[in-house]
Amino acid sequence: MAFTLYALIQAVILGVNAVAVLHEERFLSKIGWSVDQNVGGFGEEPGIKVQVINLVRSVRTVMRVPLIAVNAICIVLLLLFG
Amino acid sequence: MDLPHHGHRATKPRARTGPPAGDPMLFDDTSSGGPQMTNQGYYNSGYMSGPPAAGAGAGAGVGVNNLFTDPMANAAVMYGSSIANQGKDIVNKEISRFVSMNKLKYFFAVDTKYVIKKLMLLMFPYTHQDWEVRYHRDTPLPPRHDLNAPDLYIPSMAFITYLLLAGMALGIQKRFSPEVLGLCASTALVWMVIEVFAMLLSLYLLTVHSDLSTFDLIAYSGYKYVGMIFTVLCGLLFGSDGYFVALAWSSCALMYFIVRSLKMKILSSLSSDSMGAGASAKPRFRLYITMATAIFQPVIIYWLTSHLVR
Repeated sequence: MAFTLYALIQAVILGVNAVAVLHEERFLSKIGWSVDQNVGGFGEEPGIKVQVINLVRSVRTVMRVPLIAVNAICIVLLLLFG
Repeated sequence: MDLPHHGHRATKPRARTGPPAGDPMLFDDTSSGGPQMTNQGYYNSGYMSGPPAAGAGAGAGVGVNNLFTDPMANAAVMYGSSIANQGKDIVNKEISRFVSMNKLKYFFAVDTKYVIKKLMLLMFPYTHQDWEVRYHRDTPLPPRHDLNAPDLYIPSMAFITYLLLAGMALGIQKRFSPEVLGLCASTALVWMVIEVFAMLLSLYLLTVHSDLSTFDLIAYSGYKYVGMIFTVLCGLLFGSDGYFVALAWSSCALMYFIVRSLKMKILSSLSSDSMGAGASAKPRFRLYITMATAIFQPVIIYWLTSHLVR
Protein backbone atom coordinates (compact mmCIF):
# COMPACT_ATOMS: atom_id res chain seq x y z
CA MET A 1 0.00 0.00 0.00
CA ALA A 2 1.92 2.98 -1.22
CA PHE A 3 0.33 6.13 0.10
CA THR A 4 0.92 9.54 -1.23
CA LEU A 5 0.16 12.66 0.73
CA TYR A 6 -2.56 13.37 -1.78
CA ALA A 7 -4.29 10.13 -0.84
CA LEU A 8 -4.22 11.16 2.81
CA ILE A 9 -5.71 14.56 2.01
CA GLN A 10 -8.44 12.93 -0.06
CA ALA A 11 -9.25 10.49 2.74
CA VAL A 12 -9.42 13.29 5.29
CA ILE A 13 -11.69 15.42 3.09
CA LEU A 14 -14.02 12.49 2.48
CA GLY A 15 -14.12 11.60 6.16
CA VAL A 16 -14.88 15.13 7.29
CA ASN A 17 -17.56 15.44 4.62
CA ALA A 18 -19.14 12.25 5.93
CA VAL A 19 -19.24 13.65 9.46
CA ALA A 20 -20.61 16.98 8.27
CA VAL A 21 -23.55 15.32 6.55
CA LEU A 22 -24.98 13.87 9.77
CA HIS A 23 -27.92 16.13 10.50
CA GLU A 24 -28.73 16.69 14.14
CA GLU A 25 -32.52 16.51 14.21
CA ARG A 26 -33.29 14.57 11.06
CA PHE A 27 -30.92 11.71 11.64
CA LEU A 28 -29.09 11.68 14.92
CA SER A 29 -32.24 12.04 17.01
CA LYS A 30 -33.81 9.07 15.24
CA ILE A 31 -31.00 6.79 16.36
CA GLY A 32 -30.65 8.30 19.79
CA TRP A 33 -27.38 10.03 19.18
CA SER A 34 -28.37 13.63 19.70
CA VAL A 35 -27.01 15.69 22.54
CA ASP A 36 -30.23 16.42 24.41
CA GLN A 37 -31.06 12.74 24.73
CA ASN A 38 -27.70 12.01 26.31
CA VAL A 39 -27.26 14.63 28.95
CA GLY A 40 -24.98 13.03 31.48
CA GLY A 41 -24.86 13.57 35.19
CA PHE A 42 -22.81 16.31 36.69
CA GLY A 43 -19.81 14.80 38.36
CA GLU A 44 -18.83 11.63 36.65
CA GLU A 45 -16.82 10.96 33.55
CA PRO A 46 -18.77 11.30 30.28
CA GLY A 47 -18.35 7.89 28.71
CA ILE A 48 -17.52 6.99 25.15
CA LYS A 49 -20.91 7.58 23.48
CA VAL A 50 -21.27 11.12 24.84
CA GLN A 51 -17.71 11.89 23.76
CA VAL A 52 -18.42 10.68 20.24
CA ILE A 53 -21.60 12.74 20.05
CA ASN A 54 -19.74 15.80 21.27
CA LEU A 55 -17.00 15.19 18.76
CA VAL A 56 -19.49 14.90 15.88
CA ARG A 57 -21.22 18.08 16.94
CA SER A 58 -17.96 20.03 17.28
CA VAL A 59 -16.65 18.85 13.93
CA ARG A 60 -19.91 19.85 12.28
CA THR A 61 -19.88 23.28 13.87
CA VAL A 62 -16.26 24.04 13.17
CA MET A 63 -15.86 22.61 9.71
CA ARG A 64 -19.14 23.76 8.16
CA VAL A 65 -17.77 26.85 6.43
CA PRO A 66 -14.22 25.72 5.62
CA LEU A 67 -15.60 22.58 4.05
CA ILE A 68 -17.45 24.65 1.48
CA ALA A 69 -14.23 26.25 0.39
CA VAL A 70 -12.20 23.02 0.51
CA ASN A 71 -14.80 21.09 -1.46
CA ALA A 72 -15.03 23.82 -4.09
CA ILE A 73 -11.26 23.83 -4.53
CA CYS A 74 -11.19 20.04 -4.70
CA ILE A 75 -13.91 19.96 -7.36
CA VAL A 76 -12.16 22.54 -9.49
CA LEU A 77 -8.83 20.73 -9.21
CA LEU A 78 -10.35 17.39 -10.06
CA LEU A 79 -12.08 18.85 -13.08
CA LEU A 80 -8.93 20.50 -14.32
CA PHE A 81 -6.39 17.81 -13.57
CA GLY A 82 -8.36 14.61 -13.37
CA MET B 1 34.08 70.14 -16.32
CA ASP B 2 37.28 69.13 -17.96
CA LEU B 3 38.94 68.00 -14.79
CA PRO B 4 36.35 65.35 -13.75
CA HIS B 5 36.15 64.18 -17.33
CA HIS B 6 39.87 63.60 -17.49
CA GLY B 7 39.90 62.00 -14.13
CA HIS B 8 37.05 59.75 -15.19
CA ARG B 9 38.81 58.57 -18.30
CA ALA B 10 42.11 58.18 -16.58
CA THR B 11 40.66 55.91 -13.91
CA LYS B 12 39.03 53.56 -16.39
CA PRO B 13 42.15 51.42 -16.97
CA ARG B 14 42.84 51.49 -13.22
CA ALA B 15 39.34 50.14 -12.45
CA ARG B 16 40.07 47.09 -14.55
CA THR B 17 43.14 46.10 -12.60
CA GLY B 18 41.80 46.79 -9.13
CA PRO B 19 39.94 49.51 -7.25
CA PRO B 20 42.23 52.20 -5.89
CA ALA B 21 41.28 53.72 -2.58
CA GLY B 22 40.26 57.11 -3.85
CA ASP B 23 38.22 55.82 -6.72
CA PRO B 24 34.68 55.76 -5.22
CA MET B 25 34.86 59.44 -4.43
CA LEU B 26 35.46 60.28 -8.03
CA PHE B 27 32.67 58.07 -9.24
CA ASP B 28 30.19 59.45 -6.75
CA ASP B 29 30.75 62.91 -8.05
CA THR B 30 30.35 62.08 -11.70
CA SER B 31 27.73 59.37 -11.54
CA SER B 32 24.81 61.73 -12.16
CA GLY B 33 26.13 62.52 -15.60
CA GLY B 34 27.82 59.19 -15.72
CA PRO B 35 26.33 57.13 -18.52
CA GLN B 36 27.04 59.51 -21.41
CA MET B 37 30.52 60.21 -20.23
CA THR B 38 31.37 56.56 -19.67
CA ASN B 39 30.23 55.66 -23.16
CA GLN B 40 32.38 58.38 -24.64
CA GLY B 41 35.15 57.34 -22.32
CA TYR B 42 34.98 53.77 -23.62
CA TYR B 43 35.00 54.80 -27.25
CA ASN B 44 37.76 57.30 -26.75
CA SER B 45 40.02 55.07 -24.74
CA GLY B 46 39.92 52.73 -27.68
CA TYR B 47 39.54 49.06 -28.30
CA MET B 48 42.27 48.17 -25.89
CA SER B 49 39.67 48.28 -23.13
CA GLY B 50 38.07 45.28 -24.81
CA PRO B 51 34.43 44.50 -25.35
CA PRO B 52 33.85 42.49 -22.17
CA ALA B 53 34.94 45.30 -19.87
CA ALA B 54 32.88 47.73 -21.88
CA GLY B 55 29.86 45.47 -21.69
CA ALA B 56 30.20 44.94 -17.95
CA GLY B 57 30.86 48.60 -17.31
CA ALA B 58 27.94 49.78 -19.39
CA GLY B 59 25.72 47.29 -17.72
CA ALA B 60 26.56 48.32 -14.17
CA GLY B 61 26.79 51.92 -15.05
CA VAL B 62 30.15 52.58 -13.46
CA GLY B 63 32.09 49.31 -13.50
CA VAL B 64 32.01 45.96 -11.78
CA ASN B 65 34.18 46.84 -8.83
CA ASN B 66 32.17 49.85 -7.79
CA LEU B 67 28.67 48.36 -7.58
CA PHE B 68 27.66 49.82 -4.26
CA THR B 69 28.59 53.35 -5.05
CA ASP B 70 25.93 53.50 -7.70
CA PRO B 71 22.80 54.78 -5.92
CA MET B 72 20.48 52.78 -8.17
CA ALA B 73 22.17 49.49 -7.34
CA ASN B 74 22.38 50.49 -3.71
CA ALA B 75 18.68 51.23 -3.54
CA ALA B 76 17.90 47.97 -5.30
CA VAL B 77 19.96 45.99 -2.80
CA MET B 78 18.31 47.68 0.15
CA TYR B 79 14.86 47.18 -1.29
CA GLY B 80 15.57 43.52 -1.91
CA SER B 81 16.85 42.96 1.61
CA SER B 82 13.87 44.73 3.15
CA ILE B 83 11.52 42.56 1.08
CA ALA B 84 13.39 39.47 2.26
CA ASN B 85 13.09 40.58 5.88
CA GLN B 86 9.38 41.17 5.51
CA GLY B 87 8.95 37.76 3.95
CA LYS B 88 10.87 36.15 6.81
CA ASP B 89 8.71 37.93 9.40
CA ILE B 90 5.51 36.84 7.70
CA VAL B 91 6.68 33.22 7.53
CA ASN B 92 7.68 33.24 11.19
CA LYS B 93 4.36 34.70 12.23
CA GLU B 94 2.37 32.16 10.25
CA ILE B 95 4.38 29.23 11.53
CA SER B 96 4.18 30.33 15.15
CA ARG B 97 0.42 30.53 14.79
CA PHE B 98 0.21 26.79 14.27
CA VAL B 99 3.22 25.44 16.07
CA SER B 100 4.48 26.90 19.31
CA MET B 101 8.20 27.42 18.88
CA ASN B 102 9.02 27.16 22.56
CA LYS B 103 7.40 23.77 22.86
CA LEU B 104 9.23 22.62 19.78
CA LYS B 105 12.55 23.85 21.13
CA TYR B 106 12.07 21.74 24.24
CA PHE B 107 12.06 18.61 22.11
CA PHE B 108 15.30 19.44 20.36
CA ALA B 109 17.29 20.28 23.48
CA VAL B 110 19.44 17.17 23.32
CA ASP B 111 23.09 16.43 23.63
CA THR B 112 25.33 13.58 22.54
CA LYS B 113 25.16 11.58 25.76
CA TYR B 114 21.38 11.63 25.73
CA VAL B 115 21.24 10.46 22.12
CA ILE B 116 23.65 7.58 22.71
CA LYS B 117 21.90 6.43 25.86
CA LYS B 118 18.49 6.72 24.27
CA LEU B 119 19.51 4.71 21.22
CA MET B 120 20.88 1.97 23.47
CA LEU B 121 17.67 2.13 25.48
CA LEU B 122 15.57 1.72 22.34
CA MET B 123 17.49 -1.39 21.36
CA PHE B 124 17.78 -2.92 24.84
CA PRO B 125 15.27 -1.54 27.34
CA TYR B 126 15.08 -4.56 29.61
CA THR B 127 17.57 -3.44 32.24
CA HIS B 128 16.34 0.12 32.68
CA GLN B 129 14.82 0.56 36.11
CA ASP B 130 13.31 3.98 36.42
CA TRP B 131 10.88 5.04 33.70
CA GLU B 132 9.45 8.13 35.38
CA VAL B 133 9.74 11.43 33.56
CA ARG B 134 11.31 13.81 36.01
CA TYR B 135 9.80 17.21 36.62
CA HIS B 136 11.27 20.46 37.76
CA ARG B 137 8.64 22.65 39.41
CA ASP B 138 5.76 21.44 37.26
CA THR B 139 7.54 21.62 33.94
CA PRO B 140 9.12 18.48 32.55
CA LEU B 141 12.88 18.45 32.34
CA PRO B 142 14.33 18.83 28.86
CA PRO B 143 15.80 15.71 27.29
CA ARG B 144 19.29 16.91 28.05
CA HIS B 145 18.75 16.28 31.75
CA ASP B 146 16.32 13.39 31.76
CA LEU B 147 16.78 10.15 29.87
CA ASN B 148 13.08 9.30 29.93
CA ALA B 149 11.89 12.51 28.30
CA PRO B 150 10.72 12.16 24.69
CA ASP B 151 12.56 14.15 22.06
CA LEU B 152 12.03 14.87 18.40
CA TYR B 153 15.66 14.85 17.32
CA ILE B 154 16.05 11.09 17.21
CA PRO B 155 12.78 10.49 15.30
CA SER B 156 13.51 13.11 12.65
CA MET B 157 17.08 11.99 12.13
CA ALA B 158 16.00 8.36 12.09
CA PHE B 159 13.32 9.13 9.51
CA ILE B 160 15.82 10.76 7.18
CA THR B 161 18.30 7.92 7.71
CA TYR B 162 15.55 5.43 6.94
CA LEU B 163 14.84 7.22 3.66
CA LEU B 164 18.50 7.18 2.67
CA LEU B 165 18.78 3.53 3.64
CA ALA B 166 15.67 2.69 1.62
CA GLY B 167 17.19 4.42 -1.39
CA MET B 168 20.39 2.47 -0.93
CA ALA B 169 18.58 -0.85 -0.52
CA LEU B 170 16.55 -0.23 -3.65
CA GLY B 171 19.67 0.78 -5.49
CA ILE B 172 21.44 -2.43 -4.50
CA GLN B 173 18.54 -4.37 -5.98
CA LYS B 174 18.56 -2.14 -9.07
CA ARG B 175 15.01 -0.99 -8.39
CA PHE B 176 15.80 2.60 -7.63
CA SER B 177 14.19 5.69 -9.12
CA PRO B 178 13.58 9.09 -7.54
CA GLU B 179 9.81 8.63 -7.57
CA VAL B 180 10.10 5.50 -5.47
CA LEU B 181 12.05 7.40 -2.83
CA GLY B 182 9.39 10.08 -2.63
CA LEU B 183 6.71 7.41 -2.45
CA CYS B 184 8.55 5.69 0.41
CA ALA B 185 8.84 8.97 2.28
CA SER B 186 5.21 9.90 1.92
CA THR B 187 4.05 6.38 2.82
CA ALA B 188 6.03 6.46 6.06
CA LEU B 189 4.75 9.95 6.84
CA VAL B 190 1.16 8.98 6.15
CA TRP B 191 1.37 5.97 8.43
CA MET B 192 2.80 8.13 11.19
CA VAL B 193 0.01 10.67 10.75
CA ILE B 194 -2.58 7.88 10.90
CA GLU B 195 -1.04 6.45 14.05
CA VAL B 196 -0.81 9.79 15.85
CA PHE B 197 -4.36 10.62 14.84
CA ALA B 198 -5.67 7.27 16.08
CA MET B 199 -3.85 7.74 19.39
CA LEU B 200 -5.24 11.25 19.83
CA LEU B 201 -8.74 10.08 18.99
CA SER B 202 -8.65 7.18 21.43
CA LEU B 203 -7.15 9.32 24.18
CA TYR B 204 -9.92 11.87 23.67
CA LEU B 205 -12.74 9.33 23.54
CA LEU B 206 -11.67 7.66 26.73
CA THR B 207 -11.17 10.99 28.53
CA VAL B 208 -7.68 10.13 29.57
CA HIS B 209 -6.37 13.25 31.25
CA SER B 210 -2.73 12.68 30.58
CA ASP B 211 -0.18 15.29 29.71
CA LEU B 212 0.67 13.68 26.40
CA SER B 213 0.73 16.45 23.84
CA THR B 214 0.70 15.97 20.10
CA PHE B 215 4.46 16.35 19.93
CA ASP B 216 4.92 13.67 22.58
CA LEU B 217 2.87 11.28 20.50
CA ILE B 218 4.83 12.17 17.37
CA ALA B 219 8.02 11.48 19.31
CA TYR B 220 6.87 8.09 20.60
CA SER B 221 5.58 7.19 17.18
CA GLY B 222 8.86 8.19 15.57
CA TYR B 223 11.03 5.98 17.73
CA LYS B 224 10.11 3.01 15.59
CA TYR B 225 12.29 4.34 12.77
CA VAL B 226 15.34 3.39 14.80
CA GLY B 227 14.11 -0.19 14.88
CA MET B 228 13.37 -0.01 11.15
CA ILE B 229 16.89 1.16 10.36
CA PHE B 230 18.40 -1.66 12.41
CA THR B 231 16.13 -4.19 10.73
CA VAL B 232 16.88 -3.03 7.21
CA LEU B 233 20.61 -2.97 7.89
CA CYS B 234 20.58 -6.51 9.19
CA GLY B 235 18.46 -7.57 6.26
CA LEU B 236 20.92 -6.09 3.81
CA LEU B 237 23.98 -7.51 5.55
CA PHE B 238 22.77 -10.96 6.52
CA GLY B 239 20.00 -11.75 4.07
CA SER B 240 16.50 -12.91 4.82
CA ASP B 241 17.34 -14.76 8.06
CA GLY B 242 19.10 -11.73 9.48
CA TYR B 243 16.12 -9.62 8.54
CA PHE B 244 13.65 -11.73 10.50
CA VAL B 245 15.92 -12.07 13.52
CA ALA B 246 16.46 -8.31 13.63
CA LEU B 247 12.74 -7.74 13.10
CA ALA B 248 11.91 -9.94 16.08
CA TRP B 249 14.55 -8.32 18.26
CA SER B 250 13.64 -4.72 17.48
CA SER B 251 9.90 -5.46 17.71
CA CYS B 252 10.22 -6.92 21.19
CA ALA B 253 12.49 -4.11 22.34
CA LEU B 254 10.22 -1.44 20.89
CA MET B 255 7.07 -3.02 22.33
CA TYR B 256 8.62 -3.19 25.77
CA PHE B 257 9.81 0.40 25.49
CA ILE B 258 6.43 1.73 24.37
CA VAL B 259 4.49 -0.17 27.02
CA ARG B 260 6.78 0.94 29.85
CA SER B 261 6.87 4.57 28.69
CA LEU B 262 3.16 4.97 28.01
CA LYS B 263 2.13 3.09 31.11
CA MET B 264 3.52 5.90 33.20
CA LYS B 265 1.62 8.52 31.26
CA ILE B 266 -1.70 6.87 30.50
CA LEU B 267 -2.36 4.36 33.21
CA SER B 268 -1.07 6.26 36.19
CA SER B 269 -3.37 9.23 35.67
CA LEU B 270 -6.32 7.27 37.03
CA SER B 271 -5.00 6.85 40.54
CA SER B 272 -6.39 10.16 41.77
CA ASP B 273 -9.91 10.07 40.35
CA SER B 274 -10.96 6.45 40.25
CA MET B 275 -13.83 5.74 42.57
CA GLY B 276 -16.08 2.72 42.86
CA ALA B 277 -17.33 0.32 40.26
CA GLY B 278 -17.70 2.84 37.47
CA ALA B 279 -13.99 3.13 37.10
CA SER B 280 -13.42 -0.54 36.52
CA ALA B 281 -13.94 -0.20 32.77
CA LYS B 282 -11.38 2.55 32.52
CA PRO B 283 -8.15 0.82 33.38
CA ARG B 284 -9.08 -1.96 30.98
CA PHE B 285 -9.56 0.43 28.06
CA ARG B 286 -6.40 2.29 28.89
CA LEU B 287 -4.55 -1.00 28.92
CA TYR B 288 -6.11 -1.81 25.56
CA ILE B 289 -4.85 1.45 24.12
CA THR B 290 -1.33 0.82 25.33
CA MET B 291 -1.37 -2.74 24.06
CA ALA B 292 -2.79 -1.71 20.69
CA THR B 293 -0.09 0.91 20.27
CA ALA B 294 2.57 -1.61 21.16
CA ILE B 295 1.24 -4.26 18.78
CA PHE B 296 0.93 -1.73 15.97
CA GLN B 297 4.69 -1.10 16.00
CA PRO B 298 5.99 -4.44 14.68
CA VAL B 299 3.19 -4.56 12.11
CA ILE B 300 4.24 -1.23 10.72
CA ILE B 301 7.92 -2.08 10.87
CA TYR B 302 7.29 -5.20 8.85
CA TRP B 303 4.99 -3.39 6.43
CA LEU B 304 7.40 -0.58 5.70
CA THR B 305 10.60 -2.62 5.43
CA SER B 306 9.69 -5.95 3.92
CA HIS B 307 9.60 -4.62 0.37
CA LEU B 308 13.13 -3.30 0.78
CA VAL B 309 14.71 -6.60 1.71
CA ARG B 310 13.11 -8.99 -0.66
